[in-house]
Amino acid sequence: MRSRYNGVPRMTTIISKVRNGAEESLKPELLLQMHDLMRKARVLEERLIRMQKQGDGYFWIGGPGEEAFSVPLGLLTHKGEGPQYDYLHLHYRASGTMLALGADPVDALRQMKSTASDPYSGGRNFASHYSVRKWNVVPVSSPIEVQYAMAPGTALAQRRHGGTGITIVTGGDAGTAEGDFATCLIWSARKGSELPMLIIVTNNQYGISTPYDGQHGEKRIADRGAAFGIRTLTIDGNDPETSYRAIKQAMDYVRKERKPFLLEAMVSRLYGHSSSSGANYIEGEADGLKLFEDKLIARKLLTKERADELNAKYTEELLEASKRVRDEAPPAPEDIWKHVFAEQSVVGGSSGNKGAR
Amino acid sequence: MTTMVQAIRMALHVGEERHGVTDIFGEDVGAPLGGVFTQTQGLRTAWNSPLDERGIVGAAIGLALAGSRPVAEIQFCDYAFNTIDLLKLAGAMHWSSNGDWNCPMVVMTPVGAGIHGSIYHSHSFDAQATRLAGWKIVMPSNPRDAYGLLLSAIIDPNPVLFMAPKALLRQKANNDSEEVPGVPSDERELSKMIDAPLGDRTKWKPRWPDTPDLLIPIGKARMDRAGNDVTVVTYGRHVHVCRKAAEELATEGIDVELIDMRSLHPYDWDAISSSIKKTHRVVFVNEDTDITNFGEHLLRRTIDELFYELHAPPKVLAGKHLPGVGLADNLEKGSVPQLDDITNAIRTSARHEP
Repeated sequence: MRSRYNGVPRMTTIISKVRNGAEESLKPELLLQMHDLMRKARVLEERLIRMQKQGDGYFWIGGPGEEAFSVPLGLLTHKGEGPQYDYLHLHYRASGTMLALGADPVDALRQMKSTASDPYSGGRNFASHYSVRKWNVVPVSSPIEVQYAMAPGTALAQRRHGGTGITIVTGGDAGTAEGDFATCLIWSARKGSELPMLIIVTNNQYGISTPYDGQHGEKRIADRGAAFGIRTLTIDGNDPETSYRAIKQAMDYVRKERKPFLLEAMVSRLYGHSSSSGANYIEGEADGLKLFEDKLIARKLLTKERADELNAKYTEELLEASKRVRDEAPPAPEDIWKHVFAEQSVVGGSSGNKGAR
Repeated sequence: MTTMVQAIRMALHVGEERHGVTDIFGEDVGAPLGGVFTQTQGLRTAWNSPLDERGIVGAAIGLALAGSRPVAEIQFCDYAFNTIDLLKLAGAMHWSSNGDWNCPMVVMTPVGAGIHGSIYHSHSFDAQATRLAGWKIVMPSNPRDAYGLLLSAIIDPNPVLFMAPKALLRQKANNDSEEVPGVPSDERELSKMIDAPLGDRTKWKPRWPDTPDLLIPIGKARMDRAGNDVTVVTYGRHVHVCRKAAEELATEGIDVELIDMRSLHPYDWDAISSSIKKTHRVVFVNEDTDITNFGEHLLRRTIDELFYELHAPPKVLAGKHLPGVGLADNLEKGSVPQLDDITNAIRTSARHEP
């Protein structure tokens, strides 16, 4: 397979076998649930792209091509507020994770349209820049590395708190060139102070237009964990069954051992980097949703008709929602001054350390 | 009399005992050293981090988001420059999430010249700090203010940068008004209680004096010296230099009003503007480099709002726009405002005929 950029061959080496339970099959209900969410996430991204192209948003960036990984991640996350639950330091390709957590896709449309009703940023931030305190979803920010520096902090609090809550941090392959990725490995693996962190790299083999191969000497990003004694795994992130099992295995380890795990998922980038690179469907990249749908149909867990109906249903719903969102009020000019400073502390969760109020 | 490092240590102790501070950390902050200036000796929650400033600021953000109360240290502000975007991120947390999250953390860092710290231990951070919207920025000029501002910083629900003038860290309170309340009157007794011994410290435990919750409000200046002729606005170690200048000038019949800002953001414009309306003359003094200097902002606002009040050109006296502060005594003195520079600037302002 060749990339659309510069004729550089894509990295084709994939995938260590997922240990322990690789052969164990997932229940049909779970497979159908993952398929449903993956389709919903894809339709959402395509609606967001369309909104931007129609002038109902300034910029699109998102995660079509990562659904087969991001959906199982959301399903396996322990959702809640405070250190007893999982913290999510996500990158901007995580809409599948958010939908799997139970996010309303209409809220993503609101963020695209920059309405005052956008619950993630009140019209302040780009699409796919989620923030949900009640679910421990830390505000997504555009720099591609800073989440790797912040994540050890929530994990430190969780190490002290005890229990099974872990910190999950995601980012792309290009962002691992930043020092913050090294920070993440170093801080999570301090001897005697190891942190309960699931460190994830979704590797789509590009940083905007620059292919992975010309910038990285390491064969796999996951290999960098070995120097720190961190358990690692590289998987085919385009297969939701592989992803689910691998994430579960990694999470079980982190929850129980309270030590870091570095998981690299090879994924696709189906509409390019962002609206700045056109946001058109890219032929030749593996489409995890399509592959999974074909597999479910072959296994007779799904019919082509049912799959098409689902697609049509979500497409119709989000089209209608996008029209409604168009009429929602934008933030007022004077809203720029809201929330520069907090009047009181709200972080920490119901049983977290409240500190001084 | 108490030193500023002792005051900082006692505020941190009160913070961890009474105000929920969970982590005091940074390079060499924990045992055995307790900070390169001794400011974190004997603290229960102090620990050593990897030598990684971005990791330190990032971890502080994460801890804050998870409901902990971190006080992180950047060993010298010279090493905070590579953390700027993380500092921005902390300052943006509440605003960018439209009020969903807040980020209650303190970053402490020693700033400025005056100890022959050479090129990488003499920087100021005022201009960079005041560009970090969403942060509160404080700088004490004496032990009492260090104690009270640090406690306010710890309690604040926002990120607060506590900049300590490194030339003042080992200086004692000049008088009772600069003293931390509740400390023993005998400074040797205080030292025995809270200064770690030289040599083996493994068995040492501090005995903390019973000091109160003195909360010096962030955003309020302190009138250091009332006067009628020229307003001098400064902060940090230049409060002391400007006070000396004021005392000298008093013998010439020039009556200086000296304002110690204490907080660089939010800052006490009421205090500054009402003083300028009284004296009609103003000199802003700090040691940061003078191009795009924080004092320039204050001067711009003075011109915007008080132009017709002025009887003399308003003046900013700041450090020279140089890549660093040179080590040799002459180089350091030539780089940052000295007593004579300040005296001359105030005198010029006072004698200016409108």
